[in-house]
Amino acid sequence: MTESRTTTETAGPRTGGHPPLLEVRGVTKSFGSGRRRLTALDGVDVRLGRGETLGLVGESGCGKSTLARVLLGLERPDAGTVRYDGVDPFALRGKELLNWRRRVQMVFQDPFASLNARMSAADLIGEPWRTHRDVVPDARAREKRIRELLSLVGLRESDAHRYPNEFSGGQRQRIGIARALALDPDLIVCDEPVSALDLSVQAQVLNVLSELQSRLGVAYVFISHDLSVVRYISDRVTVMYLGKVIEHGETEDVFDRPQHPYTAALMSAAPVLDASRAAHDQEIQLKGEIPSPFDIPSGCRFRTRCRHAEDKCATEAPPLVVRESEGDGDDHTALCHFPLEARPAWA
Amino acid sequence: MTTTSAPAPSAADPALDVEGLCVDLSTASGTVRAVDGVSFSVRRGRTLALLGESGCGKSMTALSVVGLLDPAASVTGGAVRVRGEDILRLSPAERRRLAGPVLSIVFQDALTALNPVQPVGRQIGEPFRIHRGLSRREAREKAIELMTRVGIPEPRQRAKSYPHQFSGGMRQRLLIAMAVALDPDVLIADEPTTALDVTVQAQIMRLLRDLQDERDMAVVLITHDLAVVAQRADDVVVMYAGTVVEQGTVREVFAAPRHPYTRGLLDSVPEDAERGQPLPAVPGSPPELSAVPSGCVFQDRCPLVRERCVRERPSLRATGDGRSAACHFSEELDRD
Repeated sequence: MTESRTTTETAGPRTGGHPPLLEVRGVTKSFGSGRRRLTALDGVDVRLGRGETLGLVGESGCGKSTLARVLLGLERPDAGTVRYDGVDPFALRGKELLNWRRRVQMVFQDPFASLNARMSAADLIGEPWRTHRDVVPDARAREKRIRELLSLVGLRESDAHRYPNEFSGGQRQRIGIARALALDPDLIVCDEPVSALDLSVQAQVLNVLSELQSRLGVAYVFISHDLSVVRYISDRVTVMYLGKVIEHGETEDVFDRPQHPYTAALMSAAPVLDASRAAHDQEIQLKGEIPSPFDIPSGCRFRTRCRHAEDKCATEAPPLVVRESEGDGDDHTALCHFPLEARPAWA
Repeated sequence: MTTTSAPAPSAADPALDVEGLCVDLSTASGTVRAVDGVSFSVRRGRTLALLGESGCGKSMTALSVVGLLDPAASVTGGAVRVRGEDILRLSPAERRRLAGPVLSIVFQDALTALNPVQPVGRQIGEPFRIHRGLSRREAREKAIELMTRVGIPEPRQRAKSYPHQFSGGMRQRLLIAMAVALDPDVLIADEPTTALDVTVQAQIMRLLRDLQDERDMAVVLITHDLAVVAQRADDVVVMYAGTVVEQGTVREVFAAPRHPYTRGLLDSVPEDAERGQPLPAVPGSPPELSAVPSGCVFQDRCPLVRERCVRERPSLRATGDGRSAACHFSEELDRD
């Protein structure tokens, strides 16, 4: 079994070793000023190796999408560092910045809104090359590459000249994925990539994503509210609440032995198919809703909804609790005064 | 309780009985059938789930039942019986009389379902003014009572607030309050939690269940979420391309589906899947309503498809224990 010890650092991944593809440390981002200051990210750490998948879980307003924008270089953090192979994208300019942008791409949630209806599949997939001219320089090579990309995501070559309205939702999402792959990225940020799709089609797209990962070694940051999808696709999971990472660890550790009461509540609130596993009698009902990010509770930000909360939770910031990993995986960390036992009551 | 002249229903009668419902939809390229011969019934105290993917006709079915179909759609056949009366034959005024005390609906998107320029207290009190002739003041007291019941904090002050001043979860509670105001026999919930966060979703589902138990309502739950069905419903009607492909109790249907589509849906949930192993996905995607095949509606995506499936549409036939499935070869699903 693993040991628990307590330190006073921030939550998030803590393993050393080889330099990761992506390392985010203490990133803070707020919007507005004075009283109307919204802290979207508050000291967030993220770490991701090549070819790995990090699941990002949390309810609306937890900062998932702001974090995605920071990872894509679209939002400059107020504090903290973002490093890709040790390089700070926010320090880059001109050609170097352009080259960096190739390495991080995005797949959006809504394949109906994210594709230009007036462009054919081939135009959509090849559009990134209009900015990044030297990736596939000549026209014939581009055509060939488009055919390759179409087949990579499970579309037909003849689909190249069709328009978005001729495709179903699942097929459109495949075009979105092919487009993200056009620049041969190291990392794709997937923001709820299957939640707009029909269930029978979701599985197809998830299969495409995992197959691409094993073939091309691309890493994913996978944002989703669907815990069964996150569990299936992720190597590691980061749980966010009101702009802070409150739990992080290997997927099995986080799902099977959550330490933070919020994570445990999320897991128990999510409906599950298997009636024998659905312990809804022991379901952990949370009080109320997520507080306004304009007015984050003192001490532990989850305390207003936590059934374990005591006076201490209102006055002191929660410590980082670390269960060391058994193997070479990430340590299992959580920010909580009263972390749950290794075996939760409802499991 | 109401002014309906129909005979008093006995407990064994279904609170809602839909039979052979057909709905046609006029589109720019002609008329298409959106709902094709859908039948189901639900008793008080029970929850029936209409399960299906977008475009399968589940919402259209619900809207036909409550008489809120878009003008482009029209009911072209079938019967919808409540309290022994076929409400499809009633005049609009007679149907409005039933809306609230007999049948009511909770929509997915509470922000558009609520009137943005009226305080919520007035909206929730409205059914009492219309159906029971209460005064403004009495209706407000009733509204505050209901807001308390559905868990709105400080209801007396909040009754004066407008919908945009509430969170998504609170708005859904308001909508539920309005729907149960007159103690309906049947509550239709159209994807009531889809737009909400997981923890709030659980709260709303719990509230619906408590209200159902307390008021002995029949609930028709429209959803695309298999897990919600597993956890919340007693019976399930699986719809595909406007038709019912399988129905029965949730326990039996989910344990041993008799239609390849149901089986495919259940298999594609990644809940038990091992990381790195491909998910058993259903190939292709649902047909456009204008291009539903003439034989079996599922033939293009079915692993069992045979020549007979192309030729002949399977009818919904009983497979024992009150279950039925629309598949020529449903027995083959039992073998593995």
